[in-house]
Amino acid sequence: MGLDIEKIKGLFPVLHQEVHGKPLVYFDNAATTQKPKSVLDALTNYYEKDNSNIHRGAHALADRATRYFEETREAIQHFVNAREAAEVIFTKGTTESINLVASTFGRKFVEKGDEIIISTLEHHSNIVPWQMLCEEKGAVLKVIPINEAGEIIFEDFEKLLSPKTKLVSIVHASNALGTINPVKKIIDAAHAVGAKVLLDGAQSSSHLHIDVQDLDCDFFAFSAHKLYGPTGLGILYGKREVFESMPPYQGGGEMIKEVTFEKTTYNDIPFKFEAGTPNIADVIAFKSAIDFISELGKDAIRTHEDELLAYANEQLTQIKGFIPVGTAKEKVSVLSFNINAMHPYDVGMMLDANGIAVRTGHHCTQPLMKRLGLEGTVRASFAVYNSKSEIDKLAEGVSRIARIKNK
Amino acid sequence: MSNIQEVQDEIVSEFEILGDDKESTIYYIMELGAGLEDFPDNERIEENTIKGCQSKVWLIAEEKGGKVHFQADSNTDITKGLISLLLRVLNYQSPEQIINAKLDFVERIGMGSIIGSQRSNGFASMIKQIKLYALAFQARQNV
Repeated sequence: MGLDIEKIKGLFPVLHQEVHGKPLVYFDNAATTQKPKSVLDALTNYYEKDNSNIHRGAHALADRATRYFEETREAIQHFVNAREAAEVIFTKGTTESINLVASTFGRKFVEKGDEIIISTLEHHSNIVPWQMLCEEKGAVLKVIPINEAGEIIFEDFEKLLSPKTKLVSIVHASNALGTINPVKKIIDAAHAVGAKVLLDGAQSSSHLHIDVQDLDCDFFAFSAHKLYGPTGLGILYGKREVFESMPPYQGGGEMIKEVTFEKTTYNDIPFKFEAGTPNIADVIAFKSAIDFISELGKDAIRTHEDELLAYANEQLTQIKGFIPVGTAKEKVSVLSFNINAMHPYDVGMMLDANGIAVRTGHHCTQPLMKRLGLEGTVRASFAVYNSKSEIDKLAEGVSRIARIKNK
Repeated sequence: MSNIQEVQDEIVSEFEILGDDKESTIYYIMELGAGLEDFPDNERIEENTIKGCQSKVWLIAEEKGGKVHFQADSNTDITKGLISLLLRVLNYQSPEQIINAKLDFVERIGMGSIIGSQRSNGFASMIKQIKLYALAFQARQNV
């Protein structure tokens, strides 16, 4: 049975408003998704009833908050099918998760002449931390090329692999084009040369089933706010043995076992990587977001989003002047496009005038845009609460913009 | 040449006719951009771009008989429209008039809510660059 989209939309207060006198159509979900009422209630509830610092408090509130906090960790463990909750670390976002790996794993294991492989599809947050590391260590950054459809060329990736490869850090689903990478094949090939693999799951985690044991990735990074959860919260999954081999990230409270002025011993994972008071409220509220997704079911969400993407493609390709960008066979529900001879900024602003929220520009993937010979694109990205009638509005808006420009 | 204040009043009354309809307002701004004087191809270079604009904006200026002549272009139609509004007010004025011009039409037409905060920052950068040119020409006149 299909999902009741109107009912689901009803759970999201922010979606029920007018923008410039038109009902809001929110198609900027790859940037951040909206939050259901249950997540908002969990936030308020925490501050109204449970607020306290966790893990060391000797009172009822601290005990409750600690329990709820760790319950989210367990919920995430099941969400990505990690072996144990200790393999789930809280950060402030995918960006910090990647930076954590760069400054701990990278600092310890990457040496002069070693190689790190990324792809042309990467977000800046999966490029710059590695460039910084390579510069510091004298290591080399290698980039997997893509074809015109926006898919990585697997044979070229295989050619880049060598015993010098220490890490392959690759996006699971592209934020700019929606391309789903063949990550299982990539991970197997990387492991065959002894390299570790980090998956940037910022986009994939809300659309695809994530099973880190089946994938066998060494790290999986994602953000709560793209999963109907609060902003300012990221997750880094890592295999226990890999996490244990890594030095701590930041120094401070929580991450220690014992501190003397002569020497400090470090706490076990996950706390070794969680110095300082964490983002307690958002962690606790994130559990409601995971529950929301689990209740609907990832398969049902994916089916609905795939239908939306197919419908959008069907509607928009009929419009003269519509140029799709990124036509990979395997995609999440991201539709990047341009309108003939128009700057994406202008298109975005005209759609906004119609109440339609999209993203425009380079989407933090400047090297990808350069490879495609584009300054940017307009990106409409769909979530579970979006509907075909909203896509009709997008098609109508795009059609009007294209006509005015072509007249 | 018209007085800076008169031109601004004219712009304000044009925008009043458009009312609250954001879409028509944007189309109107784009149409204005189409009327910009042709920009010389060889001047479309990095040195002539305005820093602080998200889209590309090229601006050049020369002094002719005590008045400043600006030419500008952009890679986006809306930005072209915005700069054409500015040039309509400030082109062919004296450096002193440009420096002292109070561009109240920006607020009076509610530019901030029409173009949003990012483009407003870019728009402010255009005004700054135009005034910087005027300052440079004034300094030269005073030598």
